[in-house]
Amino acid sequence: MKFMVLVKATKESEAGTMPSEEMLTAMMKYNEELVKAGIMLAGEGLHPSSKGARIRFSGPKRTVIDGPFAETKELVAGFWLWQVKSKEEAIEWLKRCPNPMNEDSEIELRQVFDAEDFAASDPTGEVRRKEEELRALTESRRG
Amino acid sequence: MTASETHRAIHAVWRIESARLIAGLTRLVRDVGLAEELAQDALVAALEQWPKSGVPDNPGAWLMASAKHRAIDQLRRKQRLERKHEELGHELETQQALSVQDLDAAIDDSVGDDLLRLVFISCHPVLSTEARVALTLRLLGGLTTEEIARAFLVPEPTVAQRIVRAKRTLAEAHVPFEVPRGPELEARVSSVLEVIYLVFNEGYSATAGDDWVRPALCEDALRLGRILAGLVPEEPEVHGLVALMEIQASRLRARVGPSGEPILLLDQNRALWDQLLIRRGLSALARAETLSPERGPYTFQAAIAACHARARTAEQTDWPLIAALYTGLAQLSPSPVIELNRAMALSMAFGPAIGLQLVDELTEEPSLQGYHLLPSVRGDLLFKLGRYDEARGEFERAASLTRNAREKGVLLERAAACARDPLPQPPSSPPEGKAPTRRR
Repeated sequence: MKFMVLVKATKESEAGTMPSEEMLTAMMKYNEELVKAGIMLAGEGLHPSSKGARIRFSGPKRTVIDGPFAETKELVAGFWLWQVKSKEEAIEWLKRCPNPMNEDSEIELRQVFDAEDFAASDPTGEVRRKEEELRALTESRRG
Repeated sequence: MTASETHRAIHAVWRIESARLIAGLTRLVRDVGLAEELAQDALVAALEQWPKSGVPDNPGAWLMASAKHRAIDQLRRKQRLERKHEELGHELETQQALSVQDLDAAIDDSVGDDLLRLVFISCHPVLSTEARVALTLRLLGGLTTEEIARAFLVPEPTVAQRIVRAKRTLAEAHVPFEVPRGPELEARVSSVLEVIYLVFNEGYSATAGDDWVRPALCEDALRLGRILAGLVPEEPEVHGLVALMEIQASRLRARVGPSGEPILLLDQNRALWDQLLIRRGLSALARAETLSPERGPYTFQAAIAACHARARTAEQTDWPLIAALYTGLAQLSPSPVIELNRAMALSMAFGPAIGLQLVDELTEEPSLQGYHLLPSVRGDLLFKLGRYDEARGEFERAASLTRNAREKGVLLERAAACARDPLPQPPSSPPEGKAPTRRR
């Protein structure tokens, strides 16, 4: 199963303070361990939200809101994508992570949906079958 | 934490730590069986103590310390025994006994080397292929005997037996715990790759049972492959195999229909392909090709898989290139199965008649007699050529040969379709959308 590992933003990360050399080295070592254990699929760090934007959906209306955003603790400063056997394994790995920030910080773990997860909302496979039909239709038109 | 939560946490720690633990202990006691026992003892101690004391902050170190104590006890006992033997006047080979001070250094030393040695010992040629697979999953993948048994649909005692016998064989053959050098290294690496790919393939298209794919097994193989790539980063074929597995795994979601039926490559919904895994696969392939200008067998297969991965629709598949790659692969490692795939690619590139010619030559091949894909491919080509009666016979034969229930269903359906109302297709039309280019 896959987990999205979300590193939460802090005041410093939102201020755009770059990590110290020491922390960079520690994180690099940790990343190396993840890669060597074969569990890391991807990972990136994010610029502060001041460089980001949001798009709000309300019926047909779309509103663009520029960053920065106020709720620092709810923002994401970086992420990993891991492939592990269980949530417990992801937690075990996470406990070995150096604190990614100079201050108190938090990392959140969220499981990524798998095809099987949709089985409950698509018990007969109808949605998937429809999808296939649609695809066949597009292709016959093209052909 | 409840007791069951603690147990799950311990299991997770075990998955992460067991290989390193066993590798380190093996170097110490020079016996992989004993090392695993020591590691298991530490696990049992954790299972006893952690529910009461809580999971320690550094559970890996705890397990290591606990196992190390046991190892030292063992060695002391052995040394005492040897001294006793000497006292009794026995002429013993002067074995370089480790002093206790050396033990710490010995066990904390370069983890990577130990792991690599463990890889080579679990895939050692003195063991049968089945034993290599079981031992590798157990020692390196951290799988339990029960998990291995479930994955390969064999009774648990059988797997347990295999592992016990494998460890005994290694001990009796005095297999050294070392990384082979020179030309032997390459041969041994390819034996390791074979084991990993075998595990992957069993997950990718199960040879028997009710499920067409077992993704968990693919994940285990991929993880082992990625670990190996980290251990021997200069070996191009390791990256070739990882590339092949990443790209194939990217299709797992698309490979099974809503009711568990297999969906063949050209019929798959490519929107379901995992682009992240494809990207990882393509970069591993690039790495392999950079390391060596000449492709090995896995890199060849990865290059073929990459052709499919790069095609946005089945129609955009570069069949002439795939056929050329199969020709290269066939020259490098001639095999009837590769010939069969080459025939398929050629028929896609240049029409079914050409493919059929090649397949007909393969029907006499003894090693393909029980291989269900031969009649399956032949049936497909006959179907395309409008020879429906013959096609039906081939599909039926293929269905009778496969041991996988899902696959049998699909083949019988195709046979029925031949009898029912053959599609009004122009025979021998150039590349069309559907063909069983399954596997690799």
